Parts: sequence; C-alpha cells; structure tokens
Amino acid sequence: MATLSADARFDAPLFQRYELDHAFDEMFESAGKPRAHYRALFESLLEMPAGELARKKQIADQTFLHQGITFTVYGREEGTERIFPYDLLPRIITAAEWSRIESGLTQRITALNLFLKDIYHEGRILNDGVVPREMVYSCRHFRRQMRGLQVPRDVYVTVTGTDLIRLPSGEYAVLEDNLRVPSGVSYMLTNRRVMKRIFPALFQKCGVRPVDQYGQVLLATLRSLAPNPRGEPTIVLLTPGVFNSAYFEHTYLARQMGIELVEGRDLVVHDNVVYMRTTAGLRRVDVIYRRIDDDFIDPLVFRQDSILGVPGLFNAYRAGNVALGNALGTGIADDKALYAWVPRIIRYYLDEDPILPNIETFLMTEDAQRNHVLGKLDQYVVKAVGESGGYGMLIGPHSTAAQREEFRRRILANPRNYIAQPTIQLSRAPCFVDGRVEARHVDLRPYILYGDRVTIVPGGLTRVALQRGSLVVNSSQGGGSKDTWVLHS
Amino acid sequence: MLSRVADSLYWMSRYLERAEHTARLTDTNLNLMLDQSPEAAKRRWSRVLNSLHHPTPEAAAEPYEVAQRLAFDLHNPSSVVSSIMTARENSRQVREQISSEMWEQLNRLFHEVKRADMDNVWDAEPHEFLRAVTEGIHLFQGVTDSTMTHGEGWQFIQFGRYIERASNVAALLDTSFQDLPIGDEADVADHGEWIGLLRSCTAFEAYCHAYTADLRPERIAEFLLLNSEFPHAVRFAADRLKNSLDAIHDATQSRHAERVSRLAGRLGASLGYGQIDEIIAGGLHGYLDSIQRQCAQINNSAYALYVTYPIETAIEA
Repeated sequence: MATLSADARFDAPLFQRYELDHAFDEMFESAGKPRAHYRALFESLLEMPAGELARKKQIADQTFLHQGITFTVYGREEGTERIFPYDLLPRIITAAEWSRIESGLTQRITALNLFLKDIYHEGRILNDGVVPREMVYSCRHFRRQMRGLQVPRDVYVTVTGTDLIRLPSGEYAVLEDNLRVPSGVSYMLTNRRVMKRIFPALFQKCGVRPVDQYGQVLLATLRSLAPNPRGEPTIVLLTPGVFNSAYFEHTYLARQMGIELVEGRDLVVHDNVVYMRTTAGLRRVDVIYRRIDDDFIDPLVFRQDSILGVPGLFNAYRAGNVALGNALGTGIADDKALYAWVPRIIRYYLDEDPILPNIETFLMTEDAQRNHVLGKLDQYVVKAVGESGGYGMLIGPHSTAAQREEFRRRILANPRNYIAQPTIQLSRAPCFVDGRVEARHVDLRPYILYGDRVTIVPGGLTRVALQRGSLVVNSSQGGGSKDTWVLHS
Repeated sequence: MLSRVADSLYWMSRYLERAEHTARLTDTNLNLMLDQSPEAAKRRWSRVLNSLHHPTPEAAAEPYEVAQRLAFDLHNPSSVVSSIMTARENSRQVREQISSEMWEQLNRLFHEVKRADMDNVWDAEPHEFLRAVTEGIHLFQGVTDSTMTHGEGWQFIQFGRYIERASNVAALLDTSFQDLPIGDEADVADHGEWIGLLRSCTAFEAYCHAYTADLRPERIAEFLLLNSEFPHAVRFAADRLKNSLDAIHDATQSRHAERVSRLAGRLGASLGYGQIDEIIAGGLHGYLDSIQRQCAQINNSAYALYVTYPIETAIEA
C-alpha cells in the first residue's frame, strides 16, 4: 500500500464519488491528501476489507434500535418512533480548533447572558443606543413579565446549543444561537456510545476526549441554581410529554442525571411553592430543567390554552422559590435579527473583540439592505427571525421563482420578521453513503452549560445534510448526525 | 414515585388482567359451544356478557359475532384488543420506569393483535388468537417479575392485577350462580356448565386435585372463592392485593393509610374466615356483590390516598 501515491489511493473505489470544490473539506487538504488529524481515519478506511463498513453500519443500526434511541414522527397514530438518522464516520476536531471554539463560545454566552440581564433590568445598552429599543420590544420572544425579576445567580441561559459552521476559509463562525430549549444533546451522547463499540481501535489511535460527563455537569449546573439551599435540592426535568418529538431525549437525560421526569400535571403550586405529586404526598421542587417553551409553561401568565404547563409556576418563580433553566424570555437573544448585533453586544459588555465571527446579515427593516436583497433573492438565504428547526426558510439558489415571489411578499408585509444571509457553502465531511465515502455538508452544535461557571463538554452534535448537495442539516428536514471527536492534542 | 407513574402502572396492569380474563372466558365458551344445544349456548353467552358488565345484545346475535366483538370491538373499552391498546398506551407514558424487556414484550403483543390479516386469523382459528393473547400476557408477567425491581412500582402493578382479578372472578361467579342455582341435583347438561366455569378460571385441574372430579356447585364456589393457594381464587387475589398495599404503604410512609388498610384487611378477613355453607345460607349473590363493591371501594380510597389527593390535605401544617 505504501508504494501507492496519495492520489492513487484516493482513486480507491471507496472514495470514487468524493467531491472536492471550494467548500472547506474537513478531511482533505487536496485530492487524496488528508489533513493530519484525519490521517488515522483515512488509513483505516483504506485498510478495511470490502463490506466491513457496511457491516459496522448494520451493527450500529441494531444498537440504536435496541436501545430505543428514537425520535417521534408527528402525524401518525402507530409506530410513531424512528431511529435518528446518523452517519457512521466521525467528524474530527483538533485540540487547537477546539480551544478557539471554547473560548469563543464562552465569550459569546457570557455577553448574551449579560445582555439578557440588562434588557430585563435597567436597559443600559438600550439607553446608550447600542441596540435599538424597537428591535428588542418588537421581538416575539420578549417577555415583559420578566422585567425586574431576579433570576438565581443572574444566569439566564443555563443550557445553550450554538450552531457553528465552517467557512470556505476553514474559519469557524456562528450561524445561530439557541438559547431557549435547545435539543439534540442525547444524540451526542448516544452516538458516542455506539461509536465506541464500532471503532474501538480508532479511538485509541486518535486520542479522543470524553463527553460522557455531560449528565453530571448538567446536574451540577442545575444544582448550582437552587434557591436558598435547604439541604439537597430536588431537581426535575419538565417535559411536554410522550408526544413531544424530543421525548426520548427527556427520558434519557432524566435517567442520566437520576432525576424525576415530570409533566405539567405532576406539579402543583401552593403558596408560591412548587410541589410534585408523589404517592408519598407532595414533594417540594427546587429546580426545574424545563423542556417546555415559554408560551406553554404557565397558563395563568402566558398562553391560556396551554395544558402542558403548571398554573402558578411563574409566581413561584418570581417569588424566588424555584429556579428555571433556562430562564424565561431568553428568546430575545437568539432572535435572528438581533443576532446581527451580537458582535456589538460582546464589545459593549466585555470590551473584547468577538473570537468567533458572525455571518453577514441583512436586516429587512433597513430600506437599503432590503432592496439590495430583494434584487438578488436567488443568492440569499432568507430566514424568519423567530423560527427554528429549518422552518420558515428560503434558500435562494435552490428555490423556485414562485417561492421567491412568496417570500418577497412576506418580507414586504412584515420586514421585522425576516433577515437574509448570503448562501454559505458549509464545510463538508466524509460520510458513508450507499457503500461509498462521500462528502456532505455539516455544521456543529456544541452545548454550553452555565451555572456557577461556563462548561462546554468537548464535543457536540455534528449535524449533516444527508442529501447530496443539500445545505439543510435540521433533523426535521432530512438531516442526520455524526459523532464529533475532539482530540486530546 | 410520581402519582402519575403509579397511576399508569396500575392501569397498565389492570387492563392486561382484563384482556387475559376476557380472552380466556371467550375461548372457553367458544369451545364449550361446539357440543351443546343452541339454546344452552345462547343462555351461557348472555351469562358471559353479564359477568363482563356488557349490555346483553339482541336475542338474534350469533355467538361467533358476540365472541368477535368481545375480542376486537374498539368501541368497547374492555374488549381484548382495546384493553391491550390501553395497557400499551399506559406503559408508553412510563417507559423509563419499566424495563425495556417489558416494553418490548407488550409492544410485540400489541403488534400481534393489530396485525393486518387478523380477519383471516380469526375466521380460521379464533382459538389460536385467544391463546396467543393469554400466552403473551403470561409472558409479560414473567418478564415483569424477572426484570423489574420489586419496589413500589412493581407493587402497583401487582395491586392492579389482583384487584382486577378479584373483581372479575367475583362477577363471573355471581352471574353463574344466579343462573345455575345451587342445591338442585346437578343434571348432565349443567355438568358442562360447571366445567366451563372452572376452565374460565384455569381452575379445572386444580379443582380436581383438591376435590376429585366430583363437581359439586358448593365446592366449586368454595374453591374459586375461598382457596388461599390457587392464583385465580378470589381470596388469593385479595391476599395479594393486601400485601401489595402494605408494601406501598411501607414505601410511602403515608400518614393517611388507615382507611385503605382497613378496607383491604376487611376483604381479606371476610374471605379468610368465611365458611361456604354460611355464605350460601346468607345469600351468595349478596356476598359476591359485596366483594365487588369492596374492590371498588379499595380502588377509590387507594386513588384518593396516592394519586388524586387534594393539595390541602397533603401540605404539611
């Protein structure tokens, strides 16, 4: 094998359909020349007997299925569970890259948390004219009820999942912040568990940092939020219930942390204290890791038609008798229009330059920017500011004239609701597709935990657009995931 | 343990017991019908329906249709298939509380009874279907006992199973003895009916061990009501449900458990110290009716204690 040139090895049948162009490739510097940290993976792929990868894929499928690692598909009565689509090959990140990501995310979350505190208290950043008032007050996720409310430790965003992408230059940039109820971390953990069974030798060769501690770190983070310690705090995970698409994740995390998984109907509020109904009577609850959106959490304060929430919960929260992670109203800081101000927010509070850059963003509320984008809709990605999961989105280059016309109409009708960004070629990573290794677009969602300090477990969810050429990585839109390896060195 | 979880485990178990009972009852009666006069068969089916608290259908209803409805009717919440579906739905709500083996077995059973070609299966061999159901449920019970921690949740499962059983068997005895009075010389035709009653409770062989094959109504009543060792006897079920309630009481340290303990203790004592001749002399119907009422009371007060209690009583002063 050693006598073959790199290019010849790239010609191996396994890599025949591997595509390299101007998008950044995670694995190859150039055709057949792997980057140093991918060399071990490349070598072992070439050494594998034919059919070995397919066999490994089969074992992995079985493991996912048997362990019940599934998500719920809406709109079907029976058999509503599917295994989460995933890819077999790991995405590898060097220690140096990771340390930059880590410090960049820590900086960003620290600033966004200060921003939230400021917005819901004195509003200095608004008074100083750094962020326009109307941007904040017109945001659908602004919660006036949070004004003046003291949250434990001043921590608003206990759990964040920030979406990073890699520009053609190889630089990491922030695509969006998810500060409300980010999901997907269970796939990071289960992917890793399955991969360790499938590629044990490769793990040793590469030197991969562990992620298993996530559950403990999350528990410690939640514990640090407990109001006025009365001995061991009772921490619960509040789920919308078995029909939620992330229900598997809720049960998984509750089990990993050894805490009770509760639904709204399990909790009652009496005299501004939250209790859960147990067979041994009511038990006081101190911290709630809530996986229910703001809107549904308390029908007395937010949506009245919600049956998922807990009547009176907000008053208990306001009284300081219970902590919520994340706090309510954090959605203003991940509004896609306010995103454009995040670099200025970082400079304002921390007096530092952002370590991780933003993507250039055009505001549809600004006449010049809007006209510029409307003239070239086929080159831009248009996003609704309050949506997530890849909904409410136009990808210009892949759109039809009718779709563009539809978005033009919508943008003109409600400019505050939309932003536009240039179409970015996300970086590509090797994936095992139909018996071959092919390149697919990926992003990266690390999970940032914020309690008495900021902790980022070295890893994250690498989401992959499994369709050839597709740029949409959301699981609701045909995306999958792959294990993410952060190396020791 | 969360009240909601206890609630789901309890009903999962009750519904499975109900499915098993209905399936066995239907199977036994389809089998008996084969060598019986249409008149006798009709009478027995109406008895079966009464014991399951079903409204008796129009006189014209054909027995196979009745049986099919007992097995499959989705409008009837107590049909075999409805019960299995409800049990599965309950277990789905508490998947993280039961073992994956339990979930898999129940899920398999669910898919088996919902299979697309069920009409053909039923037409060809109803017995096969009904037997598959009872076997599937027995397997689930075995899996439960050997894979789940025998803690509070497991006790709620036992409680649900045995309260359902006590009440089902009492109801079956009640309708049977109303229709086939004790005391008359048992004629040959009735002989088949008594065997049917015993088989409906898987008790024929066990009865023969205890009393020989000499079938006498008052002995059958004694066996199915007062036997402490036979799993489908009312007393056996009452003893088990009391044990489970005691264990739940220990686990929760509830301070308001006197009522439910007293009710369960009274039911157990009435069956434990009862004499069949006295019970018959005092009126079997009244006695069996009272057993069913006591089961309902135990259910209600256990619910009020562990699941639906008002907040005011639960807040410590």
